[in-house]
Amino acid sequence: MAAGALSREPRFLELLFARRSVAVALGVFVVVLVACVLADVVAPADPARMSVRARLTPPGDAYWLGADAFGRDVLSRLLHAGRVSLTIGLGVALISSAIGIVIGLLAGFYRRLDGALSRLIDAMMAFPDILLAIALVSILGGSIVNVVAALSIVYAPRIARIVRASTLVVRELPYVEAARALGSSTRTIMTTHVLRNIVSPIVVQSTFIFAYAMLAEAGLSFLGVGVDPATPTWGTMIAEGRQYIDQASFLILFPGIAISVSVLSLQIIGDGLRDAMDPRLAKDL
Amino acid sequence: MAEPLLQIRDLTKTFVTPRGTVRAVDRVSFDIPRGSITGLVGESGSGKTTLGRTLLRLVEPTSGHTIFDGTDLNALDAAGMRRMRRRMQIIFQDPVSSLNPRLTVGAIVAEGLVAHGIGTARERRERVAALLEEVGLSPDHMSRFPHEFSGGQRQRIGIARALALEPDFIVADESVSALDVSIQAQVLNLLLDLRARRDLTMLFIAHDLSVVEYLCDQTVVMYLGRVVEVGPSRDLYTAPAHPYTRALVSAIPVPEPGGAGARTILRGDIPSPLSPPSGCVFRTRCPIAADVCAEDPPVAVRAGPDHIAYCKKIEAAHDLV
Repeated sequence: MAAGALSREPRFLELLFARRSVAVALGVFVVVLVACVLADVVAPADPARMSVRARLTPPGDAYWLGADAFGRDVLSRLLHAGRVSLTIGLGVALISSAIGIVIGLLAGFYRRLDGALSRLIDAMMAFPDILLAIALVSILGGSIVNVVAALSIVYAPRIARIVRASTLVVRELPYVEAARALGSSTRTIMTTHVLRNIVSPIVVQSTFIFAYAMLAEAGLSFLGVGVDPATPTWGTMIAEGRQYIDQASFLILFPGIAISVSVLSLQIIGDGLRDAMDPRLAKDL
Repeated sequence: MAEPLLQIRDLTKTFVTPRGTVRAVDRVSFDIPRGSITGLVGESGSGKTTLGRTLLRLVEPTSGHTIFDGTDLNALDAAGMRRMRRRMQIIFQDPVSSLNPRLTVGAIVAEGLVAHGIGTARERRERVAALLEEVGLSPDHMSRFPHEFSGGQRQRIGIARALALEPDFIVADESVSALDVSIQAQVLNLLLDLRARRDLTMLFIAHDLSVVEYLCDQTVVMYLGRVVEVGPSRDLYTAPAHPYTRALVSAIPVPEPGGAGARTILRGDIPSPLSPPSGCVFRTRCPIAADVCAEDPPVAVRAGPDHIAYCKKIEAAHDLV
């Protein structure tokens, strides 16, 4: 979706990389992403192999980032966990965008639906993210799919609200009126004329949702209502490491850093995307 | 004379706003003869743009009818109206916002053909290429985006888009007001060419009377949502009947020193459409208003062949329609 819109603006990448923080964040995020995706190859050890003698070994030559309470290699676990955390973040970003786009377009286009849908969006946004996610996961049950589903439901209203507001602006533009005068169907108008022109704010917001979702997933896992505790995610790693905080603080330090670095770089990338796609907003920062 | 292409009858569009009801178009009736260019003039806020939209049913009228070639548009269902759209098109004022910035020129011009399932992709391409040439652009421009063009070129793209469906009738809504004067002339001449070549009927909405005088066979003058005078342009400019039209015509600049005759200067501003004056809406600014003007709305008065004005003060001198 983004690629189609971006490839057409030759100046886009220039604008995006003009701010060094954005270039750095993008570089960092790509490194994290590649390392996690290639965890099977890159990880120095099997993330599940236990070793009683290596329990709580501090970072060193054998275990670069130490070993946990079962003697498992933290770096390997971190990379495999990252794959799960990033998958959840990406899944939530994509699914919540899809749901939000549909709801937002319907609300923006059909005045009869708008009242009910806007009320629903407001009601859902009134709940704190984590509380709503906990409620949904406890209804659905804890698994990766259910966590993605729950967080997608939590974040879809943010996209829906933006899509609705943008739709209300774009649908009044003369080229939409021209499309109606030509006899184009409502579906063509919604997709070709409205959706294609509001891609930028959606991409920006879904980048932020990617970050929020990773953070929320960590929170859920930490609270024990997220994915199955046997599946390593950055959240479950912190939850497990918490018990040994006085003996082996590195157990929560490294997953904590992983979360912070990923979330921060995503936020900076999101800001950069927003500025590059709409230079008029750049001053707000 | 043959039946007019469009018969507009008591067309009314009211908008309900938080501060009250606005009658943007109020019981407007006139005919647009086949093959003619009809000019629609009035100040900003006179309802001319809304009228253009309402008679194409881009805005649903509150009441009244547009009879297009014998068919009452307002009696058509959505599918019927969609089919009818092939025959009537609109060219917009703003050459920037009237073209979707994400589409290529080829896709913009072909949109109507796609919407009505006309031709194969290849046939559509050929047709778009021919249309671009017809409006003075090059077929190579098809793969470019609107932002790569100047205002005048963009307006030509908008014209090509409107022509793609080979309509009988085109509303040109202030289609040259956003352009430089030299470009205006080019685009106006293009419209005149196209009219002659394609036998088009046009409604040309403008606020520049000299442009309308040059271009149009018939002129309709609107004030505060109402038609005040309709007539053949020649008569209307040489012998305006309604005091508002007289003021407008006397305000047209004359390119000779001392050439301008006595000018009628209107006092005050156009009243708020939320609370229009009773009776004749123009009476608050009319130089010849009398008490009788505040009572009922004026009725149509014949000022000449096909020339009608709505004014009580001139009723005495002319026949009632």
